[in-house]
Amino acid sequence: MSALERPKTTAAAIERVATVRRRATFRARVVNGVLIGALLLAFSFSLAFGERIYSAAEVGRFLAGQPVPGAAFTIGELRLPRALLAILAGAAFALAGVTFQTLLRNPLASPDIIGITNGASVAALFMIIVVGASGLAVSAAAVAAGIGIAFAIYLLAARAGVVGTRLILIGIGVAAMANSATLYLLSSASRWDLQGAMRWLSGSLNLASWEDVAVLAIVSAVLFPAVLALGQGLALLRLGDDQAAGLGVNVERSRRLLVLTTVALAAFATAATGPITFVAFMSGPIAARLIGPRQQVLLPAGLIGALLVLSADLIGQFAFSNRYPVGVVTGVLGAPFLIYLMIRSQRVRGSI
Amino acid sequence: MTATLSAESLSLGYGANSIVTDLDLALKPGSITAIIGANACGKSTLLRGLARLISPATGRVLLDGTDISSLRTKEVAKTLGLLPQSPLSPEGITVAELVAQGRHPHRRAFSRWTANDDAIVAESLAATGVLNLAERVVDELSGGQRQRVWIALALAQQTDVLLLDEPTTFLDVCHQIEVLDLLTELNAHRGTTIVMVLHDLNLAARYADDLLAVRGGEVHAFGPAEEVLSVQNVKEVFGLNATVITDPTSGRPMVLPLGRHGVRTEILTG
Repeated sequence: MSALERPKTTAAAIERVATVRRRATFRARVVNGVLIGALLLAFSFSLAFGERIYSAAEVGRFLAGQPVPGAAFTIGELRLPRALLAILAGAAFALAGVTFQTLLRNPLASPDIIGITNGASVAALFMIIVVGASGLAVSAAAVAAGIGIAFAIYLLAARAGVVGTRLILIGIGVAAMANSATLYLLSSASRWDLQGAMRWLSGSLNLASWEDVAVLAIVSAVLFPAVLALGQGLALLRLGDDQAAGLGVNVERSRRLLVLTTVALAAFATAATGPITFVAFMSGPIAARLIGPRQQVLLPAGLIGALLVLSADLIGQFAFSNRYPVGVVTGVLGAPFLIYLMIRSQRVRGSI
Repeated sequence: MTATLSAESLSLGYGANSIVTDLDLALKPGSITAIIGANACGKSTLLRGLARLISPATGRVLLDGTDISSLRTKEVAKTLGLLPQSPLSPEGITVAELVAQGRHPHRRAFSRWTANDDAIVAESLAATGVLNLAERVVDELSGGQRQRVWIALALAQQTDVLLLDEPTTFLDVCHQIEVLDLLTELNAHRGTTIVMVLHDLNLAARYADDLLAVRGGEVHAFGPAEEVLSVQNVKEVFGLNATVITDPTSGRPMVLPLGRHGVRTEILTG
C-alpha cells in the first residue's frame, strides 16, 4: 500500500495539526496582549510622572477632557505630545527595522545600522541649518534622503550581483559618513545647544511638539496599515524568494513597496525625533523571539519599538541625577544586543 | 482537472545573456517529465521560466492556454506549485506550521484559518510520512525528512502541476528513491503533472514518462527514455561516451558511462 492510499486522514491527525496552529496563535495573542498592556501602562505612567506627580484619577480626568489644575500645560503641552511621539516614532523605527532585517535576511541590515536614518537625519539638519526651513519641508527632505540612500546602497551593493553582507558593509560606511556630516553641520552652527545637537546624533524627545506629533500621526495612519497589509508577503519571503513566488507572492512588487513605505516611516520619524539609536535594530529580533516563527512579526515589533522608546525616555529622564536623551539610553541597551546578535549570526543562518 | 503547461518560442536570460533560446515545448498533462542536461545547459533556467520566476525575453509560457505572465501570480499558485532547489526554513518553525504556508494561495488576505485547511495540512503530512514530526522544528530534521516536509508543503498547495528543481540533490540513495516514489504516487493518485530537474540519468529513466534533454539552451531530445537515452544523444548532450543497456529491474534504458578509467580495457579498445 502506497503512502497516498493510506486510509482517509484521521480526526486525530487533523486535531494534531490544529493543536500546533492553535498553540502558535495563542502565544501570539498573549504576546501582543501583554505588549499592548505594558504600552498602556508605560503611557499612563509617563503622563503621571515628572516634577509634579498626578494620580491615576487625575490623568484619567484630564484625558476625559475635565479640568485638572496645572495639567493643561504639564500634561497637555509637555508630557502628552512627548509620549505620543515616543510611541509613533518607536513603532515607525521598529517596522522599518524588522522589514529590512527580514528582506535582507540579516539582523544587521536595519536602517539605523546601514545609514538610512543617519542620512535622513543629515538631510533634516541641513534643511534646518543651511536652508532655514521647518515643518513639512524638513520631513520631506529627510524622506527623500532616506529613499535616496536606500537606493544608492542597493546600487553600490548589487553591482557584484550579490547583496547581503556587502550591502551591510557599504551601509555601515554610509552611516559613518552621514554621522560625520551631522557633526560638521552641528559644529558649523553655533546656535545649537547640547540638547538640540543630541537630537540629530542619537535621537531625543526633548523638543517634542504637537506639530511633530500631528505630522507623524497622519503619516502613520496611512503607512502603518499599508505595511501591515504587506506583512503576509513579508512572512512568506522568509522561505526564500523562489518559494515565496511559487506560493503566489509578487516578490519584486512586495519588496519595492515594503522598502518605500518603511523607509518613509523611518525618515518621517527621524525628522521628528532624530535617529533614535538601535530601536529599529532591536525590536524585530526581540519580537521574533517572543512570538515564534510563523506568526506575523510586524505588529509585535511595532509594539516593542513603541515600548522601548517610551520606557527608555522615562529612564533617561528620571532614573539618574542627570537627564539623558532617549537615544543615549537605547544606545546603551542596544550595544550589547548588537554584540549578542553578531556572535549568534555566526552560528545560525536566519533572518532575525 | 489537470492543467497543461507549454512554452512557445521561449527565450530566457539574465540581462543580455541568453540562456534558453527560442524553445517550444508542450508537457503532457498528468505525466512525469525529467529535465536532464549538462551543468549550465539552461535546465534550471528553463524550470524557473516555466515557473514564471524569470520573465521571458521573447516568447511566452502558457498555463491552460493562457499567457502565464498575464495571470495574477496568486491565481497561478493555485495551479502551479514549485519546489526550489534550496528553500529557507525560518528559524524555529515547526513542521506543521511550515506546511501550512502551502495554503497561502487559497486564502484571502486576513481571512480565518478553516478546519478544511487543517485537514489538508494533515493529509499532506500523512501522505509524505511526516505526520509524526508535526511538532518538530524543521532545522533539526535530517536532509531526507526536510525534503519530505517541503514536498508536503507543495502538496498542501494542491496544484495540478508541480515543478521541482533537483529534488534529490544532497540526499543519499535511499532518500532519493523515497522522494521519487512519493512523487510517482502523487502523480498516479492525483494526476499531478510533475516536471523535475534530475542529475541521475538512470533514476530519470526509471521514474519519468518523458525525458527532456537540454543542450545549450535548446531542446535536444524530448520523449520516452528509450528514445532520448541513446548512445549518440548521451554523447551530444553530456559529451560522454557511454553504453546503454536495459535495466533488468525496470526494463528502462540504463546509461553506463565510459570514462578513461574504471572500465575493462577490452571494452574501451573494442
